[in-house]
Amino acid sequence: MSAQDWAYLSNYAIYSAMALFTLAFFAHAFETAWAVRTPIAADETKGNLVTKTFDSFRTQKAMRIATAMMILGFIFLLVGVVTRGLSASRVPWGNMYEFSITGALAFTGAYLAALRKYDLRWLGVIVSISALLTLGTAITLLYVPSAPLVPALKSTWLVIHVSTAIISGGVFLLANVISAAYLYLDNMEKKGPRKVWAQRFPTLEVLDQLSYRLVAFVFPLWTFSVIAGAIWAESAWGRYWGWDPKETWAFITWVAYAAYLHARVTVGWRGRRAAWLCLLAGSTFLFNYVYVNVWGTGKHTYSGL
Amino acid sequence: MSNDTQIPEIGAIGLIRYFWRQLTSMRTALVLLLLLALAAIPGSLIPQNAQNPMAVSDYFEKHKTLAIWFERLSLFDVYSSPWFSAIYILLFISLIGCVLPRSFEHLQASRALPPKTPKNLARMEHFQSWPATGNELEIAKNWFKANRFRVLEGEESVSAEKGYLRETGNLLFHISLILILIGVLIGGLFGVRGSAILSQGERFVNNATSYDTISFGQITSENSLPPFTIKVDNFVAKYNTLTSAPEDYTLYVTTVAEPGAAPKEQVVKVNSPLTFGSTRVYLQANGYSPIVTVRDKVGNVTFQGPVPFLPQDANLRSIGSIKVPDGDPQLGFVSSFVPTYARGSDKSSISVFPELLDPKLLFSIWQGDLGLDSGVPQSVYRIDTSKMKQITLDSLRPGEFLKFSEGSITFEDVVPWVNLQIVSDPGKSYSLVGGIFAILGLLASLFTKRRRIWIRVAEGEVQVAGLAKNGAPGLEIEISEFVTKLRGK
Repeated sequence: MSAQDWAYLSNYAIYSAMALFTLAFFAHAFETAWAVRTPIAADETKGNLVTKTFDSFRTQKAMRIATAMMILGFIFLLVGVVTRGLSASRVPWGNMYEFSITGALAFTGAYLAALRKYDLRWLGVIVSISALLTLGTAITLLYVPSAPLVPALKSTWLVIHVSTAIISGGVFLLANVISAAYLYLDNMEKKGPRKVWAQRFPTLEVLDQLSYRLVAFVFPLWTFSVIAGAIWAESAWGRYWGWDPKETWAFITWVAYAAYLHARVTVGWRGRRAAWLCLLAGSTFLFNYVYVNVWGTGKHTYSGL
Repeated sequence: MSNDTQIPEIGAIGLIRYFWRQLTSMRTALVLLLLLALAAIPGSLIPQNAQNPMAVSDYFEKHKTLAIWFERLSLFDVYSSPWFSAIYILLFISLIGCVLPRSFEHLQASRALPPKTPKNLARMEHFQSWPATGNELEIAKNWFKANRFRVLEGEESVSAEKGYLRETGNLLFHISLILILIGVLIGGLFGVRGSAILSQGERFVNNATSYDTISFGQITSENSLPPFTIKVDNFVAKYNTLTSAPEDYTLYVTTVAEPGAAPKEQVVKVNSPLTFGSTRVYLQANGYSPIVTVRDKVGNVTFQGPVPFLPQDANLRSIGSIKVPDGDPQLGFVSSFVPTYARGSDKSSISVFPELLDPKLLFSIWQGDLGLDSGVPQSVYRIDTSKMKQITLDSLRPGEFLKFSEGSITFEDVVPWVNLQIVSDPGKSYSLVGGIFAILGLLASLFTKRRRIWIRVAEGEVQVAGLAKNGAPGLEIEISEFVTKLRGK
């Protein structure tokens, strides 16, 4: 197959993945909505209190379909990313389009991997729509034709530095989603008992622990990614640290998550405060990705935009 | 409330001790850490002298008053500013003050035995009990030994503890951060960093005058430069024919490590620098140098040589200036160079490809005072024409020449130039070692769990309980394994 064939195949795979994530999103939305049962006898006008109950048994099929769609979408996305690399005979991390599709792959991958251990299917609705939006933005706004790497990116460190950065990003964002869910549910619980559709979500304590464990798990990887970047910068640019905007924000993200871990482990922060700090740290990562790649200056200008 | 509240007399030493305790407290460290992140932000949004001095001077032109205030607040030099330094120095003092005492404590604790088995195990977590069969304590001791617990044996009980690695890793991580900072300091004190533009065919001799820019560390002298030479033999750039994006840069050089040593042919690429001891030479940027010869009216050569031009776009349309200060009058050629000539939609000259397919040198010729003796630093790529008068404007292809009222100019040829960055950083290996140990320490501290398990056999009953520090999960499974072993199932 020629380079162009691979590139076409990659685009088709990405489009298919988007279609599958759309289906997954609707299946997740459907099962969340339809699991809420309203008794037939209830009639608000006559003063009968409507007692809705949550019964996910009714929608088990939709839930299974949704997860199957997520897995299929992940596989197509994987094919899309791999063929994109094959089309240019290199790792597919040369510009922002490629960072984005790989990022979506890491994000859904982190979700599916966590799914093996925890029942996180309630998150599916958010994960599928996030993946869909990321891919949509990538293919409409960020798309650039497949091409060889610029000389500065031709290094083994590209594979090490960028892959670890993307995986860390995927997991950080997942932790962010969970922290946001924590804050939302915490607000809801303050006003009274959880709404029926929200009853399936884990307890606040579980959410709190989960986002912490995701961060604690991936923080060493992020540290490694920054250090690998420094080693690469030494061999490409003649200095291992130069306060380039990307480096600065990678450092800020690192410091913010370090503060988060300290706040939890040493000072004993839990709950709302910890969730806010986690969101703050995660947003520094997003800022680095969006702002510095698109509008920023400096040496990390590989977005291809 | 009475006014004569007694303030306890703490004295100077007490006061110092108080501040020291405040500084080394976890809370202060946390605040300083977040402050450091906050302080790093402006440097990524405002142009910095260290990274992009051109952008800083642009900023001064565009926002005059704001720029003056930024300057006063060191906002153009954030990472070497007093306030940024103050935060990280305080943070590291706080870190040292926190880590050193803890290291001693940990050293002592790691030789100590676990505390005695609590009296009432039933009140502890993960409590289990069952009738004893006799040799549970022996089995327990062996199990603890096999799983490398630290053990304190009592008469009818055993107390075991594991997971000291957590604190070891934690301390290793923080000490490694200090090592990284030491590496940065050594680099700042003893490092040398400079750059030089060389056209193909030119030779670089490593002494301070050969550099276009050079900066020495605080206690480094010019004599510390190793005496190597580099001759630029050839530079090859390959570009994508569709997108003009660069695909490969290769620089061929002949180096002599020290006077008298055998010359060596070497290849430099963007990701593989040359190495001379602790000094490394990096390929940073490249462009074209037109070679021109300028003659006066009589025919004497007043200027000859390659002139590096500054690329302006991806197709390497470049600007530059040819200054002839030795003629009478002085001459200046305000020039641009295109490697592959084409006419733009607005009739200006543009380049459509970065390789030399149809090179053309375009210039206007000026005579008068170049202003080189005024003492005001000038860009080598531009000419201040305020005291000059334009003679004519024209363009040449390689090999062509032009006669004008004050002499002639010949466009001989064009060669590539490369910008070499020459760096010596003796501190970087310390930082690297620090970085590696920081990750190892982090892994050990985040993935080790410190926990205790107790067993007591008394009055025909076996009692087991455990405690995990920081409520770390996983102890339940470990205890159930332990119990299974004890009960022989």
